[in-house]
Amino acid sequence: MAGGQERILRGRIRSVQATKKITRAMELIAASRIVKAQQRVVAAVPYSNLITEVVRDLSAGGAGSNKPFLSGRPEVKTVCYIAVAADRGLCGGYNTGVLRATESQIKLDAAAGRNHLVVPIGRKAEGYFKFRGYKMSKAFNGFTDNPPYAIAKEIGEYVVELFISGQVDRVELVYTRFVSSGNQEVVQRPLVPLGAEVVEGGDGKNTAGANYEFEPDPDLILDTLLPRYVEARVYASLLNAAASEHAFRQRAMKSATDNAEEIINNLSRIMNRARQDSITTEIMEIVGGAEALSSDKN
Amino acid sequence: MAEGSSALRVDVVSPERILFSGEARQVITRTLQGGEIAFLPGHAAFLGALTENHTRIYLVDGSIQHIAVHLGFVEVGPDHVSILSDSAELAQDIDVKRAKDAMTKAQEQLRTEVTTEAESALRRANARLAASGNTGSAASH
Repeated sequence: MAGGQERILRGRIRSVQATKKITRAMELIAASRIVKAQQRVVAAVPYSNLITEVVRDLSAGGAGSNKPFLSGRPEVKTVCYIAVAADRGLCGGYNTGVLRATESQIKLDAAAGRNHLVVPIGRKAEGYFKFRGYKMSKAFNGFTDNPPYAIAKEIGEYVVELFISGQVDRVELVYTRFVSSGNQEVVQRPLVPLGAEVVEGGDGKNTAGANYEFEPDPDLILDTLLPRYVEARVYASLLNAAASEHAFRQRAMKSATDNAEEIINNLSRIMNRARQDSITTEIMEIVGGAEALSSDKN
Repeated sequence: MAEGSSALRVDVVSPERILFSGEARQVITRTLQGGEIAFLPGHAAFLGALTENHTRIYLVDGSIQHIAVHLGFVEVGPDHVSILSDSAELAQDIDVKRAKDAMTKAQEQLRTEVTTEAESALRRANARLAASGNTGSAASH
């Protein structure tokens, strides 16, 4: 009997060891990718800073002050949420964080009588909102751990089109901001319209924008610039989200590896005890048998 | 005005990285609708949208950096020129053969039907070839 239990335990230990190897590998992969993702976040900063500056200069120069794209629409009927989650799970609370934040915002909107439209980024986001029956537009999948600029461009163009055609009156970005490898936070940022707080939200530097020369005229520049600006913002958030995803995954896999180790420890302790027990009973049986034999002879 | 500051800080940035950064004496680029425009140190604040073009940066050491810029923006101050572009290529990174192929393809397409895509493809190929020093022979007609 006891020997059978020992064999079962040995099998379980082996299976946990195999799992541990997998989680350890995923942890190491995620850790190495954080660095690369972080570098990409940093590399995107100069462009996004410059383009923000240019937009600010333009609007300070008085361009397009009456455009809905900048000043917004008087009545907001439909809010669009770009929810940036991951394609894969196994990353702790990363997906749930973003999805819950988006969902609670949608509920607030519903209470205020506004409609919603979700643009899910990543398979997990698509699955979540589809299952719960939220109004969804086109989904963007398959790149979240390493987002290329072309995808950000596609998403940017898509939401700008949604806004221009009047299907939505506001666009919000929900993503996980990468503060440091130990700290990420879910944030919600307005994307369109680029209200005053968006455009002036930079370093607060007040350049004398009114003195600029423009070629071609400011409104025309603004028309070509604003979509680029939206794309740059989307791109920055995708990069942040990717870096955060790797950080979350690394942490989740690290604790999974630690747990596996603990389980292995416990199981081997139980297994050793079981083996010891079976040996003890065996000896007892032999001793008992020998005793019985010797008492027979006497 | 030019003698006050003798160099321009030039940055060419794409969303993914800083493509080029250096000190220059003059920058020549081309704006949408406008035409070629040159910036010297001390230029008035300027903001422009760029077309597909061959941008030249005259560096302080006398060499010239050629860049193919495919749409984007230029922001100029007295001491700096910043070029923002979705896609820009340094001359040394340009694949000349591919650009030539793209040009012939675009030209063939334009013979049958004039589309904005084909036209911009042709302009892109031209900018690439000009920047890499292979002036497209059939380019200017």
